[in-house]
Amino acid sequence: MGSISFRNVDKTFGAGAIKALEGINLEIADKEFVAIVGPSGCGKTTCLRMVAGFEAASSGDVLVNGKAVTAPGPDRAVVFQQFALFPWKTVRENIDLGLRNKNLPAAAREEAIAGALRLMSLESHADAFPHQLSGGMQQRVAIARAYVLDPVVLLMDEPFGALDAQTRVVMQEELVRLARRNPRTVLFITHAVEEAVYLADRVAIMTRRPGRIKEVLDIRTVRQSENWDSHPKIEDVMDLESFVHLRTHIWKSLREEKGFRDV
Amino acid sequence: MTDRPLTLREAVLLGAGGLAAFIGLWSLLSTTGIVPRQFLPTPLDVASRFFQLFTTPFAGATLPMHVASSFQRYAYGVVLAAVIGIPLGLLMGWFRLLDDIVTPIFDGLRFIAPIAWVPFAALWFGTGAGGPVMIIFAGAFPPCLINAYRGARFVEPRLIEAGRMLGTPNLRMILEVLLPAAAPSIIAGLRVSAGLGWQSLVGAELIVAAAGVGFMMVQAQGSVQTTTVMAGMIAIGIIGMLIDVLLRRAEAWLRRRRGLEA
Repeated sequence: MGSISFRNVDKTFGAGAIKALEGINLEIADKEFVAIVGPSGCGKTTCLRMVAGFEAASSGDVLVNGKAVTAPGPDRAVVFQQFALFPWKTVRENIDLGLRNKNLPAAAREEAIAGALRLMSLESHADAFPHQLSGGMQQRVAIARAYVLDPVVLLMDEPFGALDAQTRVVMQEELVRLARRNPRTVLFITHAVEEAVYLADRVAIMTRRPGRIKEVLDIRTVRQSENWDSHPKIEDVMDLESFVHLRTHIWKSLREEKGFRDV
Repeated sequence: MTDRPLTLREAVLLGAGGLAAFIGLWSLLSTTGIVPRQFLPTPLDVASRFFQLFTTPFAGATLPMHVASSFQRYAYGVVLAAVIGIPLGLLMGWFRLLDDIVTPIFDGLRFIAPIAWVPFAALWFGTGAGGPVMIIFAGAFPPCLINAYRGARFVEPRLIEAGRMLGTPNLRMILEVLLPAAAPSIIAGLRVSAGLGWQSLVGAELIVAAAGVGFMMVQAQGSVQTTTVMAGMIAIGIIGMLIDVLLRRAEAWLRRRRGLEA
């Protein structure tokens, strides 16, 4: 089980000086993939960081499986935009750290690492250091490091934002493949509208600061009725009328928010 | 002038040129009698005394024996400073409370020149090994602590978050995240420590010690043997340079391993 709940969450930074989030209410069901899109500085990353336990809500509750989040932990694995791999550890050692922290026996760790490497097609890079890998490869390692923990929820903070356009597409397709085959609860932060529509079951649109949830769109129903997953390539999905319609809707909604300058 | 990096050949040539000019000026001043010889011995006299001291004992030992004696104390002092300073610095970088307790005391103490500890060093630890070791420690400790602390304190926040998200316990966090992240800063600190420690040592031996390069120089000063004093200075300079070269190698190796430099 892995549900996430935001209940009347406010977040203020710097002794009341900046109100970042206001009255956030969002329920994410077990094994649901929810993307949050919004203008720069709207507080979407702050939402994720509160679930991760890096920030505390100023008021309201952030719950995972009905329990209030108090500190970071391996049940809520995070994939960061800037990868955040340990540069002095090899790919294998980066993936292994979380498993060692769980005090798993060596044989079980070995097996889990092998599985994670296979999942992200990293077998031949197991003993490389992060700086020897491309950005896309580094992010694969970060995803493998998160997946191997078998987390209750997976938190992805603009994970493909630092990648070039082609790598980004490959990673998006890969993530869809992963998410459909091995569904789990994902909170995905992005400012790329297409990415959100392509990946998520639901898309939450935020207003500019102080961030509020303006609208939540159901994508899954459309995806299933229009059979998006029968198209293996992202560009074919993005050509579908149903996709374009959703994308345009989100786009217009964001355009109403001043300060939306991205993409 | 451009800021083009020098080739090895150019660097060696320029370095050698500087050294030659220095020795030339020194020779000029001492041999012509502009500066009386008893105040400034000629380079040749110093060099011959330097090599003579390899076989002829002075103040109870040959120059290599004095160097060995100094180096032993030095090693104790610097190792002690590193062994205490680096872990303490890392712990202060991780535990806020410890930082708040230690920093005010440390900030006061670190401005006291190592030499100022000489009376207490002699009183507490004697003039044998203990006193000088304490003075070297006083010189070498602050950079070890400060650099480990800063290195740990300014680790990229994302890496700390990644470590916490992975459920890393405190000790492992310090050993596997803070320590490697702070390693370049720590090695830079060790270079400073090594230099300050070496300087403090010789200062200490001028006052408390029964052997060592500094002791040899004080004895020579007593009998106005300027060549012996200068031979000691050369030995100090050479050893100091060697230590720095070794640590710089270690630093470069570390950077290469991290992929910071080609």
